[in-house]
Amino acid sequence: MSTDTWEPEAEPQAAPAAAALTPADVADAARLVSFGLQAKLLPARDAEYADLIRRHREDPAFARLADAVATGMGLVVLEVSPRAGMAVAADEDSVFAVRMGDYSRRAAGETTDRFLHGLAHLAVAAMAFPRPEDLADDGYLGRITVNGIDAFVRQACRRLEERAEAEGTNTDPTTDAPGLEAAWRVWARRSATGATKDARRLSGSTIGIVSKAVLFLVDSGFLQKTSDDAGGTYRTTARFQLQVRDLASSAAMAELLDLGVVPVSDGTATLLPADHSEELVADAGLPFHSL
Amino acid sequence: MTAIADRPTGQPPRPPAPGVARPAPGPAADEGLARRLKALACTAPLHDLESRKVNLAGEYSSYAMAEIGLAVIDLVTLNMDFDTGADRDIVLGRLHPRVAAQNPGRPVAEHERVARWVLESLINVGSVDRGFRAVYGTFGSDGSYVRRDYDFKLIEEVPGPDGGVYLRTTDEAVNVLVGALDTDVTSAQIAAEVKLEVLISRGRLADAQLAAEQARYRTVQYAETLRRALDATRRNVRAVDWMQAVPDLIDEALDHIADRYRHENAILTNIRKARDESEDAEQKRRAAELVDIVKDCIRRHTQLQTRLLEAGPLFRAEQDRQAFAAPTARSGIDLYGQLLAPLLELPIDQATRPTDAFFARGIGLRTPVSVRVADLVELLLTPPVEREHLGAELPDPDLVATPDDSRFTEAQLESALELLDLPPDAPRRLSGLLAEARERDAELPYLVALLAVHAASPPVGTAYRQGEERLLFAVDDGTRLDDWEFGGADLIVGSALLDAVGMAADRKDAS
Repeated sequence: MSTDTWEPEAEPQAAPAAAALTPADVADAARLVSFGLQAKLLPARDAEYADLIRRHREDPAFARLADAVATGMGLVVLEVSPRAGMAVAADEDSVFAVRMGDYSRRAAGETTDRFLHGLAHLAVAAMAFPRPEDLADDGYLGRITVNGIDAFVRQACRRLEERAEAEGTNTDPTTDAPGLEAAWRVWARRSATGATKDARRLSGSTIGIVSKAVLFLVDSGFLQKTSDDAGGTYRTTARFQLQVRDLASSAAMAELLDLGVVPVSDGTATLLPADHSEELVADAGLPFHSL
Repeated sequence: MTAIADRPTGQPPRPPAPGVARPAPGPAADEGLARRLKALACTAPLHDLESRKVNLAGEYSSYAMAEIGLAVIDLVTLNMDFDTGADRDIVLGRLHPRVAAQNPGRPVAEHERVARWVLESLINVGSVDRGFRAVYGTFGSDGSYVRRDYDFKLIEEVPGPDGGVYLRTTDEAVNVLVGALDTDVTSAQIAAEVKLEVLISRGRLADAQLAAEQARYRTVQYAETLRRALDATRRNVRAVDWMQAVPDLIDEALDHIADRYRHENAILTNIRKARDESEDAEQKRRAAELVDIVKDCIRRHTQLQTRLLEAGPLFRAEQDRQAFAAPTARSGIDLYGQLLAPLLELPIDQATRPTDAFFARGIGLRTPVSVRVADLVELLLTPPVEREHLGAELPDPDLVATPDDSRFTEAQLESALELLDLPPDAPRRLSGLLAEARERDAELPYLVALLAVHAASPPVGTAYRQGEERLLFAVDDGTRLDDWEFGGADLIVGSALLDAVGMAADRKDAS
């Protein structure tokens, strides 16, 4: 990926804003965006990146130029800071966006699998930021485990199952309308794990699905692996928090509201899941790490 | 699974008169019917084993598959631990004798194949959910007839703490196995144990064993219920009523354990008595088995108690941490309460919309890979890297010969032992032995002296257990050793004959 291909695209937008800008400035701005695209790279690890970040913060004209380059490429700038670097997210129809079909071939065809993969990502975020404050607090680092996430979703499902039972509702889906099956049942009835011939994770099991999600997020620079315990233990990065807070949660919430579901919250931590997975209990480690 | 699916739908006598006079079974009767249909469906995978065995390549009709299936469920239930499930290899290993007994003439590999096939069929490997589905019909509130799917599992695979896959039987399977377990676990267990006590006091051990085994199933199930409750407690501090519900639950469980300890220890004493006093070998054997079962029950209680005691401190630690965290000024979206929880309740068709949106915006970006033709050609022309089947070759370790630094040579040891090979009726003084040794080799007296001192406290017990026939001994009778090289007592060294045959007989008696 060379920087010069971006220049013609960015220049028309940037030119009227600051006439004094030279092609070298544009090259720098594009270079900053290219650093931002390398999600795992941190300014603290690269002097040139850190310099460009500093310039972005100190020189408004350069900042506008860099943002324009990003926008032109179909990127949304979430934050430019020394901790997160240039955090960019892909616009919906940008070439950088990931589509479900590329992510998992099976998920593209099967509704239930598509749902499970989507839910796994949501569950990773929900466990990484269990309280509203955690999502809002910039210094917060979430810590998750693969097995913990599965256990957590299963517990939520079990609670719904118990509630349905207490109310005497029959949750068994109607045979000719499988689409009306309650979502929690889909996760609950999928097996958690399974033995395979080659000792790998069973990809269709819920733990397999969660671990795929987590590995993908590691590649996106959103999680960092800390150990192999409990199916893999990971901690969140600043970028993940930004992505979830500024983009993903609101997008999902909008869909939910569209469906007529209005979740009520008083803004405090009434809504729960400070999720403490079993593994954290065993090792007596605490799940949240506020810096 | 078509066999199951057909069964409930093949019950048409109820719906045929919908408009005129529906039999009006009432919701309760309908529910009861549905429950029985579900119970029936749980047995279907076992019947299915029998009917599907003809499809296996080979001659398998002489195996009783349903019997093996029930045995698998039994084994998994009994080997299930509080923390994890049963180890797959252990279950298969224990199952093997039964399979082999059904067809002793067949090769071991076939037995193993059958055992694996049954286990995998009960897990339903191959279906994406690894579970079973049955269809049954109910009347809706408006009188319409609705077919519903009932999903269940018999054996499920769960992750273990070491990353392995373990097996657990589900509630449905335990119901199939023991039957009529849809009762309060505690009361069922008390009833079983009272019955057990009565049976034992009357000396009816055969019945008592049956009751004890049932009691153990219930113990396992009780532990399972508690495990789930504790898991929920651990995972979610604020979700659980820590003022009332959880302490009550823990108290109840601790009371239950205390009670069971008393009970089971009393039973244990009784059975031990029965075992020791009984004349009948069969009676003795049964009593011994019962002791094992009750011991296992006690072990399970101990495990449960440990968990219960750990729950409190963890809870307090979590509460401290959360209570003292400084509140932030801003507030974000509550991902669980506002997104995940409401979403789980939606029908699957609708629930995919928010998850798709979250997926699309939350997954991050990928820089697309563009292929250059030049690279492609090179890539296609590169021969595939052959993967070594056995992995990389291990380097041969360089072995350095360690110098032989032992003080005496093999020949010297032989010589000394020959010298000390004394006839049992003629012990000798150490001084005489030393003098003789000195004639053979200047170093030899040291070795002889060492062996003699070693023989001063001969390991009689070990020799006895190992069934040796003779033993070197040395006794000090107070005579001083007059030697220019060694000091101390002039020991009397001799060989003692041991009665090997008598000892073996004794051992047999003792055990």
